[in-house]
Formats: sequence, structure tokens, C-alpha cells
Amino acid sequence: MLRISYFAWVRERMGIAEEAVALPDAVASVADLIAWLAARDEAGARAFAEPQRICAAVDGHMAGPEAAVPRSGEVALFPPVTGG
Amino acid sequence: MIRVSVQPEAIDAAAEQTAHDTGGHGASASFIGRVRGDGGLVELFLDHHPVLTAAGLEALAADAAARWSLAALTLIHRVGPMAPGDTIVLVLASSPHRAEALAAVEFLIDRLKTDVMLWKRERFADGRVQWVEQRGSDHGRAERWD
Repeated sequence: MLRISYFAWVRERMGIAEEAVALPDAVASVADLIAWLAARDEAGARAFAEPQRICAAVDGHMAGPEAAVPRSGEVALFPPVTGG
Repeated sequence: MIRVSVQPEAIDAAAEQTAHDTGGHGASASFIGRVRGDGGLVELFLDHHPVLTAAGLEALAADAAARWSLAALTLIHRVGPMAPGDTIVLVLASSPHRAEALAAVEFLIDRLKTDVMLWKRERFADGRVQWVEQRGSDHGRAERWD
């Protein structure tokens, strides 16, 4: 199982902070994962309507859309950061 | 000595400065970021990642220590709900020489805005709630250090 955690407005639109999912084989990259979540349900469609505004960290490291998604491990999905 | 903290508690800048200064450094530079009450803002909430936010701050601190000769570095970011006037971020950098201390502080505060997993949500007196959008100018400032 892959653990996915959501932050900021992505979490609010998803309605959950995290979940564990069994990924279909076709989901290979971060971009695939975002597209899969967007197509899965209404919450996903709201959270991931603009994939270009979503950032990801895979197993603790920042990852681009082409990065591989592990079958088990952790992926964080979040908007561009606004600290400081 | 490097001190990094991500904390929901109020930042005690005076106590942090005293602890930072125990080495008797030649030059100390500092930056304090506070919540602005612009436009009727009543609360600023800082969302963070339980592990990666601190890891990001620690990586930034290590990067600064590798770029400049620093005798001490303190980097503290508050998270959770805050009111106007509260301190969000404190950066203290000390070196034998002022140029290195000042440059390190500017580097850290610029990179904080683009490299660390923190998200601001604003709540206003009229009930509006909005997540702050990243500004292009923040990226411009951060990229100067690449």
C-alpha cells in the first residue's frame, strides 16, 4: 500500500489528511498518480483540477511529475509553498 | 552551533538571541518576520509537514553553513495559528565578519519562501478565509542564490 498525505488547500479539497491506496499498475509516475486521483472522485477532481499547481515529495524527497511512484512508501501532495 | 526549530509555541526572540550570543561572536545579523494585520487579517495559520518541514529547514541551515563561515546559526519557524504582531520566523547568523553574517541571513529568508514545506492561510474579520499564493518575486529572490 502507498500512503498519500495532503497539505494546505489540497487537504481541504480532498477532505482527508492522508490515506493508504493500492495503486493500479498503470500509475507509474507522480503525474500518473495526480491524474488517477483527479479521475477517482469529486474530491480528487476539485483538488487536482490544476495539476501544474501541485508539488510532490516521494519518500521525503521533492519529486517532479516524471518521478516514479513506489508501490509502498509515502507520497506527499501539496501546493507551492508560502512560508517565511 | 546550529539551532533549528519548527514550533507551535511563541518565538521568544530575546531568549533565542541570548542563547545564540553565548559564543561572543564578532558580527551577528538578525531577521524577524511578523504577522501583518493588513486588510482586516485576524489570524494567520501556518500549515506544515510533521517531518519534511524541519528537514527542509535543517538542509537550508546546512547549506548556509557550507557557503559562509558562520560561528552560530539560529533558524526558528513558528507553525499553527498566529495573530497580527506575532513573530513567524527568526533568523540569527553570526560570523567573525559582518558581510558573511548579513549574507547568510538574506539567503536563509529568501530560500525559506520557496524551499520549505510551509503554507499560509489567512482569515479576515469579515469571515473570508484564503490560502496565500506563491509570488513570482519570491522565486526571483530565491534564484539569485543558485
